[in-house]
Amino acid sequence: MSKISLTVNGRSISKEVSDNTLLVEFIRENLRLTGTHVGCDTSQCGACTVHVDGKSIKSCTMLAVEADGSQITTIEGIANGELHPMQQAFNDNHGLQCGFCTPGMIMAGIDMVNRYKASNKPLDEAAIRGELEGNICRCTGYHNIVRSIADASTKM
Amino acid sequence: MTDGIGARVKRKEDKRYTTGSGKYTDDVRNENQAYAAFVRSPHAHANVTGIDASAAEGMPGVVAVLNGAELTGDGIGNIICGWAITSKDDTPMNMGAWSALATEKVRYVGDAVAVVIADSMEEARNAAEAVEVSYDELPAVVDTATAMDAGAAQVHENAPNNLIFDWELGDEAATDAGIAAASHVTKIDLTNNRLSPNPMEPRSAVATFDPAEEHYTLYTTSQNPHVARLVLSAFYQVAPEHKLRVIAPDVGGGFGSKIYIYPEEIVCLWASMKTKRSVKWTSTRSEAFLTDAHGRDHVTHAEMGFDADGKITAFKIDTIANLGAYMSLFSSAVPTYLYATLLAGQYHMPAIHCNVKTVYTNTTPVDAYRGAGRPEACYLIERVMEKAAREMGMDPAELRRKNFILEFPYQTPVIMNYDCGDFPGHLDKAQAAADVAGFAARKAEAASRGKLRGLGYSTYIEACGIAPSQAVGSLGAGVGLWESAEVRVNPVGTIEVLTGSHSHGQGHETSFAQVVADRFDLPVENIQIVHGDTDKVQFGMGTYGSRSGPVGLSAIFKACDKVELKVKQIAAHLLDASADDVFCEGGEVKVKGTNKSLGWHEIGLAAYTAHNLPEDMEPGLKEGAFYDPVNFSFPAGCHICEVEIDPETGVVEIVKFTAADDFGTLINPLIVEGQVHGGIGQGVGQAMLEQVIYGDDGQLLTGSYMDYTMPRADNLPSFDVEHNSVPSPSNPLGVKGCGEAGAIGSPPAIMNAITDAIGTENLEMPATPSNVWQAIQANQIKHAAE
Ligand code: FES
Ligand code: FES
Repeated sequence: MSKISLTVNGRSISKEVSDNTLLVEFIRENLRLTGTHVGCDTSQCGACTVHVDGKSIKSCTMLAVEADGSQITTIEGIANGELHPMQQAFNDNHGLQCGFCTPGMIMAGIDMVNRYKASNKPLDEAAIRGELEGNICRCTGYHNIVRSIADASTKM
Repeated sequence: MTDGIGARVKRKEDKRYTTGSGKYTDDVRNENQAYAAFVRSPHAHANVTGIDASAAEGMPGVVAVLNGAELTGDGIGNIICGWAITSKDDTPMNMGAWSALATEKVRYVGDAVAVVIADSMEEARNAAEAVEVSYDELPAVVDTATAMDAGAAQVHENAPNNLIFDWELGDEAATDAGIAAASHVTKIDLTNNRLSPNPMEPRSAVATFDPAEEHYTLYTTSQNPHVARLVLSAFYQVAPEHKLRVIAPDVGGGFGSKIYIYPEEIVCLWASMKTKRSVKWTSTRSEAFLTDAHGRDHVTHAEMGFDADGKITAFKIDTIANLGAYMSLFSSAVPTYLYATLLAGQYHMPAIHCNVKTVYTNTTPVDAYRGAGRPEACYLIERVMEKAAREMGMDPAELRRKNFILEFPYQTPVIMNYDCGDFPGHLDKAQAAADVAGFAARKAEAASRGKLRGLGYSTYIEACGIAPSQAVGSLGAGVGLWESAEVRVNPVGTIEVLTGSHSHGQGHETSFAQVVADRFDLPVENIQIVHGDTDKVQFGMGTYGSRSGPVGLSAIFKACDKVELKVKQIAAHLLDASADDVFCEGGEVKVKGTNKSLGWHEIGLAAYTAHNLPEDMEPGLKEGAFYDPVNFSFPAGCHICEVEIDPETGVVEIVKFTAADDFGTLINPLIVEGQVHGGIGQGVGQAMLEQVIYGDDGQLLTGSYMDYTMPRADNLPSFDVEHNSVPSPSNPLGVKGCGEAGAIGSPPAIMNAITDAIGTENLEMPATPSNVWQAIQANQIKHAAE
């Protein structure tokens, strides 16, 4: 067991965790933030995507102890009074069906838009599709996810 | 109101999903939660000679280790298939026994043998690894086409040669005569690849037993919680129905795989009673690959005859369908009544005969997966049509046009009676949208870059709105396939609709509300859809086979009829008018030709205070209805795919995909188009990426996302979805169902486009770069030799 201190969605947290607890388990089971999902056991699906120090990370690929001292944002932490433009864009463009992949898609989408904006690169359809390589959706055929992210990118 | 039928209303349910507040089964955690981990067979086929749990039982946190002998000892029944198929020699199907925990024999890798219940998931999994099971390994049978061969391993004693049933549909003599008289016969051999459904939410169950009430609560990832309760109670004897509440909360996709009642739910319920703890199990993705029912897996030989004019004379089909190691709930219906009955497609065929043999193998059970039987039928028909057109030197669109059914109702030779359609209209619309006229120029341009371009068609028809109860009963179904609904107007005038349909991505909370909003001219926000809980909704048959629109909505509509009648009577009484003059408009109830009106809150209040109601009227304002469809509905359409292929690498790019669909009345086109996109996505997966592969020893070789290729965003194009709607005359709203069409129509369009580009028909799904490259090479060698 180790004690870790970190910030999750703006709240400071200190907790004992066992050394083999994955960050996603810590988020779901210890913090009971169940918006972050688990869709696979091989780090392929992206349902568990969160932001660690502002970058999108698959939280199943990281141990909770590795997150000691970091700032974590989960899907529960991005709406600020009103929905984040990415959340709103998914609603506006019907970018979700069952909703299971959605938190991961939104977190990956935000990071993607931020990165492209920071480096001044155009985020066109091909770029969005390429960037979504680490996130699987079985429901939407991605058509409306791509449109949602493109739409949000004009509003962020 | 602007958010009624036909409006592109943004989904009401989205907010909870986009903010992370959706509640899926794995998000449920009860007081003193215990966790289950299953001990699974590593062998495809073996006798179980002993289970030693002593080491596991002593491990930290372990509450109990339970096995199949204890399960059957407690009277828990075998898992059954709910649709009885009779072989052509009038013998019943050979269903082998399936215990939720195997007792003497394991029949596929992943077959559960024991379960560990522990205080934490980690402790349960660790202890499960410490359970020592001794096996006597047996040879395995895996391959569909050879499963009936002499000498093949026998999966179940009561199914000699692994044959479950040998079934036929249609007039064999007439079909043979039609083929014999044909001036051209096209023959084809095709495999329909085995798929893993892969909803992104893995299956999960949380079972809690209340000893004082002797009552069970089960949270589970189900498409049909009432059917789960019925089957768990009536067939598996887990608990009587009134002592079992099944809740399917937010469910992360199903595609068929969450229709069935699996061993894990049964075991969790039973274990919660044994241990007096709430027991939770959540599948890992690896377990999902091993245990979620697979789809498809057909091997088929077919022949279609044509007269000199290109008109079909007869269609003859021989199919072997692999049902895996055990018969899952609807497994027998998929390759029979959901397949052979659709083999006429959109074409006038004077005679059809289909023979289907189903076989046991040492593989995961196979059952309905998005489309269920209809994709297999469509794939076969459309590849045959394309091949025939090429062999006869005809334009493939014109060959289809020549054979389209034009008059309705139309009785096919294989049971179905099509109620309406506009098949040439779908083709016209798709051809225009796909710019077929410009294809030759695009092909030439691609050739100048060294690329191969191809264009492929498919047309499809499916039977949805499953199904008229009496008809399916006469064909062997163990249940009726109606739907139920209850419409509750509250004292404040808002409305709750309780439906037996389940939404796991389909957006019912929005589209169903739109129908009621439209009906009473109320804002969609005033209407709440309640589903997925057997304590709230009295009964329901659930969501599959694109039935929620045609059947579920019809039940709601019927309940609305009754509500409307009572609302009018109350309004007429209070406003001193004739009920015939009362109508709903702008959120109010008004009297024709007057300025008299009442708000829904006033009607609601009057109904519940009951101070001033018409004489003899019961208080309250709540009506229920059961709706049993009079016929299937028949969504149909045309898909056109255009591909570009790099002959050096075999890599296929879909450059344009066009769908022109007829789903009848569209309640919410935004949601309908989303369903089509998702269906085509899965169709592209089947055609180009996905395949479940077993080794000869029955080991699953595609057991994770590292080996099983799921469609990702960069594998797919954007889709052009067009509508050519002909409302169904068979239900009050005219809806047909849209959930499966994309997955049905797209694989043949894609394969026809690829084979058009590479100039050879010898290509099976999935058309991976390596398969396509090899087909190109083989074709070149063949041509060089000629
Ligand atoms: S759960 Fe983390 S990538 Fe799938
Ligand atoms: S919306 Fe269901 S997996 Fe993406």
